[in-house]
Amino acid sequence: MTGVFFETGSLFSGPEPDPAGDAGHPDPPERVGFFTDTSVCIGCKACEVACKEWNAIPEDGLSLTGMSYDNTQGLGASTWRHVAFIEQSAPRRVPGEPPAPDGRTQLPLAEEDPQQPAGDMRWLMSSDVCKHCTHAACLDVCPTGSLFRTEYGTVVVQEDICNGCGYCVPACPYGVIEQRKDDGRAFKCTMCYDRLGAGQEPACAKACPTDSIQFGPLDELRRRAALRVDRLQEAGVPGAQLYGHDPEDGVGGDGAFFLLLDEPEVYGLPPDPVVTTRDLPAMWKHAGAAALSLAAGAVTSFVLPALLRRKGRR
Amino acid sequence: MTGTPARKSERRRKGEQLMVPRAEFDSYYGRPVIKAPAWEPRDIAGYFFTGGLAGAGSVLAAGAQLTGRRTMAKTLKVSSLAAISLSTAALVHDLGRPDRFLNMLRVCKPTSPMSVGSWLLAGYGPMAGAAAASAVTGWLPRAGAAATGAAALLGPAVATYTAVLAADTAVPAWHGAHRELPYLFAASATAAASGMALVTSPTRENAPARGAALLAAAADKAAMTAAERRLGMVAETYRSGRAGKLLRCAQAITVAGAATAGLLGGRSRPAAVAGGLALLTGSALTRFGVFHAGIASAEDPKYTVEPQRRGKE
Repeated sequence: MTGVFFETGSLFSGPEPDPAGDAGHPDPPERVGFFTDTSVCIGCKACEVACKEWNAIPEDGLSLTGMSYDNTQGLGASTWRHVAFIEQSAPRRVPGEPPAPDGRTQLPLAEEDPQQPAGDMRWLMSSDVCKHCTHAACLDVCPTGSLFRTEYGTVVVQEDICNGCGYCVPACPYGVIEQRKDDGRAFKCTMCYDRLGAGQEPACAKACPTDSIQFGPLDELRRRAALRVDRLQEAGVPGAQLYGHDPEDGVGGDGAFFLLLDEPEVYGLPPDPVVTTRDLPAMWKHAGAAALSLAAGAVTSFVLPALLRRKGRR
Repeated sequence: MTGTPARKSERRRKGEQLMVPRAEFDSYYGRPVIKAPAWEPRDIAGYFFTGGLAGAGSVLAAGAQLTGRRTMAKTLKVSSLAAISLSTAALVHDLGRPDRFLNMLRVCKPTSPMSVGSWLLAGYGPMAGAAAASAVTGWLPRAGAAATGAAALLGPAVATYTAVLAADTAVPAWHGAHRELPYLFAASATAAASGMALVTSPTRENAPARGAALLAAAADKAAMTAAERRLGMVAETYRSGRAGKLLRCAQAITVAGAATAGLLGGRSRPAAVAGGLALLTGSALTRFGVFHAGIASAEDPKYTVEPQRRGKE
């Protein structure tokens, strides 16, 4: 713990091997997390349903967006898993062309139009969730201590303490946590804290039919993800990349990370999120200097007229 | 499909002619990446203003008391008490669960500017109250002077911590200006308090308020310019839309108020009052402008994605 403190100068950002221990849990269990491999997501939304069912989350709108098959739209107070659905013109697979029609007559329909290459379209699906950041801004800024770090290294809201100040909402660099309008308090994914305590995996991972959502010890998930992304890249899947896996990133690595097939912003994820607390020492320093300048300005305003008057009298 | 996200991955297919010009950035159907605060502008921007007015007012009140400007000292103490009471009410009102406002004092957490602010208010409020009560009733003058001193010491912190409150978020227009916002808020608070002093005190007492007004207007302009320079493309949110309108008005009114009060306020009472009112209005507009710039920057994903992309590449 002290090692980390001295190496980085602060516990506000940077790599952090033991968030639960640093939060004061003596001898915590292994840190757990989600690895969401979007390359096998089929967009069935079983995770959304399982999450709502298990956590008894209220209904939050039954609208049709018209933008895609995604009518959930995004994470929020009453949506703790959200399946993003993207239809786009696909980049070509890099090595190897599509199999040639061997000995068969090629229909003119399938002929390549140079302007619009055939098969030039794909669907991307990704189940988004709270990232359970190593350095969680929501937790840092919570003034009541309602948000806390569990022994599993996850981040959870204590609903009997939250007073609905709403500070965690703009603090989250991923736009995950939100206040429920009729209730006032903030809600988000708990990584099924109750199920973890009973030795069960979270409801979404349990329900996922393709193992796109994998739950387990974070270190193991990171190893598994590294192998998977290597395999995909070797196979020439364009854009395959890990997101949120790196303990060196702006939030110290996510407890829930992803394998994406395009840039993060395409999925509505920030490309380089930073925990706002990283800059908090600088902010307090500037606020202190500003407070001193305010006082100095006031002193000047009172001293100058006195000096001028004395000069005038002479 | 009309909702197809703007594509950037075209850059992977060099040599091919693009049918549509490449979009500047990608997003998920234009939806915001971060969530804007659900704070009511009247409550929170109003709180930034009243907190500044109270905090800087306490500093000027102490100065007035030390230099024997009795009317100015008394009226500023009263205005500080009124402003801090209003701001506390606004803060409680903005809670999703106002009945749980005491949970703010459940922990003391330096990583949470809101926790720090709650404790600051808990310390400052009673001092401002005691100072005002003693000034109005004339009772316990020594205790009143001590409370005036304590309020003056805490006042600058009350006026500037709100900048950290806004900046310690993922909101691009606030976080990106985290170095400059405290100075802007200090200047704006001083403008408001000097405006209040100009409105409420006689011309023979208002020389320091005139000086403070001129200093504040200059500092306000300098801090805003520095913030915009730092913000780069995100500075658009300070120049366009509702925030742009508010901030342009704020700037004009603040300059006009400081000039009127500074040049004519020493001789003409109506000029001092007019200048003071303009300064108060300018300060309030500045806070609402900064607030709305933040909201605009949170609602458009490009202000989140583009600076992060640029930082990464």
